[in-house]
Amino acid sequence: MFRYIIRRLLVSIPMLAIGSFLTFLMVSASGNPIAELRAKPGVNEATIRTLEDELGFNKPILIRYWDWIVDFVQGDWGRSIALGAARAEVFPEVSRALWVTARLVIGAEILAILLGVTVGVLAAVKQYSIFDYLATSTAFLMFSMPIFCVAVILKNYGIKFNNVLESLGMDRWLSTVSPAAGGFQGSFGEQVFKYTGTYLLPTLSLMLISFAAYSRFQRASMLETLHSDYVRTAKAKGISQRRVIFRHAFRNAMIPVTTLFSLNAAALLAGAIVTETVFGWKGMGALLVQSVRSFDTPMLMGWLMVTATLVVVFNLVADMMYGFLDPRIRLG
Amino acid sequence: MVNPLTVPSSPAAPGRPSEFDTTKARKQSTLILRRFFRHRLAVGSLIVFLLIVSFGFLGPLFWTISVDDTSSRGYLPPSADHPLGTIQTGKDMLAQLIRGTRLSVQIALVVAFGSTFVGVVLGALGGYLRGLTDTLIGRFTDLMLILPQIAVAAILVRGLDGSWYTVALILAAFGWMSVARITRGETLSLSEREFIEAARASGAGTRWVIFRHLIPNMIGSITVNATLAVATAVLAEAALSFIGLGVRSPDTSLGLIISENYSQITSRPWLFWGPFVVIVLLSLAVNFIGDGLRDAFDPRQTKVRA
Repeated sequence: MFRYIIRRLLVSIPMLAIGSFLTFLMVSASGNPIAELRAKPGVNEATIRTLEDELGFNKPILIRYWDWIVDFVQGDWGRSIALGAARAEVFPEVSRALWVTARLVIGAEILAILLGVTVGVLAAVKQYSIFDYLATSTAFLMFSMPIFCVAVILKNYGIKFNNVLESLGMDRWLSTVSPAAGGFQGSFGEQVFKYTGTYLLPTLSLMLISFAAYSRFQRASMLETLHSDYVRTAKAKGISQRRVIFRHAFRNAMIPVTTLFSLNAAALLAGAIVTETVFGWKGMGALLVQSVRSFDTPMLMGWLMVTATLVVVFNLVADMMYGFLDPRIRLG
Repeated sequence: MVNPLTVPSSPAAPGRPSEFDTTKARKQSTLILRRFFRHRLAVGSLIVFLLIVSFGFLGPLFWTISVDDTSSRGYLPPSADHPLGTIQTGKDMLAQLIRGTRLSVQIALVVAFGSTFVGVVLGALGGYLRGLTDTLIGRFTDLMLILPQIAVAAILVRGLDGSWYTVALILAAFGWMSVARITRGETLSLSEREFIEAARASGAGTRWVIFRHLIPNMIGSITVNATLAVATAVLAEAALSFIGLGVRSPDTSLGLIISENYSQITSRPWLFWGPFVVIVLLSLAVNFIGDGLRDAFDPRQTKVRA
């Protein structure tokens, strides 16, 4: 198992290297701050030259890539080259943004899996019941809903809810802005109050979308297992309904859902980006938008390398879960 | 090829059809269409989808206020002149919505066709040729999968321009991977069958086998996936435009319209709910059509509908 993990990670290194080269080309081709500066009227040519030298844009692109990757593998991720901003270091900036996003995404994903799998199994066991129709149609609706619309609607009702609280003489609970940088202050009760208020709406919007995919997939896979021969055999042997569902059907029905877990990584990231945009969080989403706008190559490269690595890790975890759930699959 | 059942039997008496004449061969496509049209939800969705498409494409014939007409005041409430009010710049919201719907539908269709075509061809090539080609295509697919679509698309759109076809082509270029995987898997199992072996033995080339034998046999899953890709593309384009890195003015899209107006949800709700209803109906309808198609192509799955 250990050797398998190591081998998988080693195989992904050349992939990440090629990916980094391609994205470096793309990012550079999309534009650079120097060209932006040139396009502005009234900027001194000498200033542009100095800046060009300083940022290395006078060198050919292949050399610039080489310089970047040599520094990158040594842990020097460079500094932001966005104009008119403090030239922040890439590594602390990306890890800060990642931490903000991760706290949101991990909670939402865990809740989505738990809820999605439970609802999916129940809907399959009670097929064509009212619960099934309700769950299936909710999932279908959520599946077809742009995530930012869910976020916008939740935010709208969150604000209305807050106004109601205020009119009753209570504090505003649901927060629709980024969590405070220094963590939550106050007594334990106050901290819980602020924490739930800040996280509830973004987590809910992100969760609802993932939940839809999980519950639909789990229901389909559970139905297929329930209709299979070995489950019928188990029932015929007189094993109790509960035991058939949990010991025999459920464990096998989990296997296809793991595929969704690995595929969901990219969707989750995209979801987090728009959710953060709606709620004004300063996470990976804001960082991406801001860096793309300002042609900030080092920042974008840092961003992309971190997310690409995460996708690789996600896939590895999913494959390991396969092995864990299905003993026929041996990783070695 | 002549179907022996439909050949008129010549010895029959003139004027009176023989019993063989009245027996029509049932084509596979007829059966599939018939099963699809029996699926009420799918047919209803098809009607909704066609209504939305005609809203976008035929709307300008009936609603003659120009999208660029800024003669009205900004943020007018709904009235007879402006059923959905006006946006900040004084443009008519209904005209915006018609144009946004048309461009969103165009983008979604281009993405679905483009990504399905690339995915099917690459997947079939890999699965049929095996060996080095398969390895290279597989590695390339993996490579594309680890780059987050929304980020790469945003970077490319920023560098090019925000016109609807640029966005569509870029989304298609980063959306074919799942189709390629599915097609490869199906090709692997189809390639082992006798009819492929027979085609190869009679000297069929790779292109012939793929386009004449493999693709017609996978048409069910290809169609279903292409339909679902339309829904995915609607949402992907909307998300991209929403964060401000997709379609840009002078073009517009449902995502861009929502992004420009969602801050008004409390004070002028109609500016948000209009485009919202169109986008949700569009992707909901397409998803249901895909579901209906899946059942029509593979009736065995009907019981296990997801």
